[in-house]
Amino acid sequence: MAAPMRKDDGRLAATEARIAALDLPKGGFSAAARAEALKRLRAMGLPGRRDEYWKYTDPSALAANEAPEAAVFATDEAQVFGAVDRLTLVFQDGVFDAAASDDLTLAGVEITRLAETARTDIHWAQDLYGVLEARGQTPVARPFAALNTAAASDGVLIRVSGKAAKPVHLVYRHGSPLSDAILHHCVKVEPGAELTLLETGPAAARFNKVLEVDIAEGGKFHHVRAQGRDHERRAITHIFARIAGGALFKSFTLTVNGQMTRNECVMEIVGDDAVAHVAGAALGDGATGRFHHDDTIFITHDAVGCESRQVFKKVLKNGATGVFQGKILVKPGAQKTDGYQISQALLLDEDSQFLAKPELEIYADDVQCSHGSTTGAIDETALFYLRSRGVPREEATALLILSFLADAIAEIEDERLADDIVSRLEAWLARRKG
Amino acid sequence: MLEIKNLQVKLEDEDKQILKGVDLTVEPGRVHAIMGPNGSGKSTLSYVLSGRDGYTVTGGTASLDGHDLLDMEPEERAAAGLFLAFQYPVEIPGVGNMTFLRTALNAQRKARGLDEVSAGEFLKLVREKAKTLKIDAEMLKRPVNVGFSGGEKKRNEILQMAVLEPTMCILDETDSGLDVDAMRLVADGVNSLRDEGRGFLVITHYQRLLDHIKPDVVHIMADGRIIKTGGPDLALEVEKNGYADILAETA
Repeated sequence: MAAPMRKDDGRLAATEARIAALDLPKGGFSAAARAEALKRLRAMGLPGRRDEYWKYTDPSALAANEAPEAAVFATDEAQVFGAVDRLTLVFQDGVFDAAASDDLTLAGVEITRLAETARTDIHWAQDLYGVLEARGQTPVARPFAALNTAAASDGVLIRVSGKAAKPVHLVYRHGSPLSDAILHHCVKVEPGAELTLLETGPAAARFNKVLEVDIAEGGKFHHVRAQGRDHERRAITHIFARIAGGALFKSFTLTVNGQMTRNECVMEIVGDDAVAHVAGAALGDGATGRFHHDDTIFITHDAVGCESRQVFKKVLKNGATGVFQGKILVKPGAQKTDGYQISQALLLDEDSQFLAKPELEIYADDVQCSHGSTTGAIDETALFYLRSRGVPREEATALLILSFLADAIAEIEDERLADDIVSRLEAWLARRKG
Repeated sequence: MLEIKNLQVKLEDEDKQILKGVDLTVEPGRVHAIMGPNGSGKSTLSYVLSGRDGYTVTGGTASLDGHDLLDMEPEERAAAGLFLAFQYPVEIPGVGNMTFLRTALNAQRKARGLDEVSAGEFLKLVREKAKTLKIDAEMLKRPVNVGFSGGEKKRNEILQMAVLEPTMCILDETDSGLDVDAMRLVADGVNSLRDEGRGFLVITHYQRLLDHIKPDVVHIMADGRIIKTGGPDLALEVEKNGYADILAETA
């Protein structure tokens, strides 16, 4: 059972008011899971600033009954990953847009729209929908994820039985300044199967997304995400992953702009010799609106000989705030665990701040776990070196920012996808001028 | 032509005068060497000329081909034709050597009003220059100076010099940390760039580099001033007798 949060009448009333304002889907295979999630949400209550887990990030805009307004960011930029051969599924303000999407057919993969299962009582995703989310509520409560399971109106259910012929790309378009999107995706990677999932776009004025990923023995799951550039959008996202023996999970997220983003990633390694890597690069400039970015990570090692890596980098400017809460839990018996965690911030001025809370909790004696966190400014010696070669200050700063982010980007295995992320960053930095 | 007149420099953060009136003229096509004991101000001179922060010019002038160097940003000095080979080249993880070189070359060309070099032309140019310095494709692909040996770093500096084609090159203690073979390779690279349109200022503590890069003029610097100027023989004199004799004779 989830750890109860501090309860008070105000919180309960606010939670009930939020639930009352939700349009809860009915019926289908997920009905029981949704009802359970609603119970969890009621028991936990929506978080407040006084909750330990929300000390650095104010959840009020995420908890509010209505989505706070967010202007749509007009851009003529090409679609990220636009040149990659992929299967594209488009969501407009949180609603699947069939006309803008490819057919849901891909060799080695079975894709169903969550919204179409309201009349389906039996579905493979029954063992997954809300299940990993519920497991992820212990030992730390994640009320927005329970809210998502209860209320998600759309999303995709992806079952991967072989090596997917190409990546599946979820494109989140934002068109309405008041849209409030709740999406829930499930991915089941069967033994030895492999999928690359791409996610791009701001999605909505406020976006609550849950991705549950269950990777069976020897399966591989690659995830590369570029969150949208809308300055005013807010997002709370969760990834819940269960990783079986010999399986691989790799996730990378790029965040540029957005006034508020909290990305939680909860990984549970349950089989021996598995690998779980999660990485993120965030760039925030408070001059174009508030920027608050929070990466909250929890990795549980519950098997022998597994490797986990957390690599998070933030570049902050003009009053931007970066948060990192990362935990590695090594359970009794999870010997030969190799856990690594690094969180670093590059502050481009003295107005910005980085708050980091690394945690290790280890109950096995033959493990190797290390963590580090640094906050620093641009290296003046390196800057001078570049400038002495004729590179102007702003261009040199951009190169050093890319240099700083390189370790996180290196976590993307597919070179084409990594190149796409880098060239996007280069273009943005050139436009932003440092 | 590099012209330095009565250059006086102090540290920005403390009231300490480092250069106390340096006069020096390096004509195109000539190689000047500056030798001197530790703390004499040799490296400060190279940093001040290339525009590093942390120094305040309290008097005098420095110009390159008539342009006032002291009034320019470091990148403008580079575009004007100045190049400093660093004593300790900086490692820049995550930025490929080729990307760095191309960014630098194109930035300088842009500053001079020239078109950028295409990827194809650039590749050809670098490969050709890299060959003489025995820099292989693997080294070009790696991030700037990351995991390079001391010798590789210095060769990489000379490669940058070869690609950027400056008119005035300053080499700051380029021989430090090099074994004889590495030094010969670096010197060969420098010698291949000797040209009637290009001047060199070679800063070194020891004479041995000057066996390989033959100077036209040798200056001895001490306590922020050039105290003696002569031909290549002056370097040999230092090698034989150390700096003590010269210091005593000019004191």
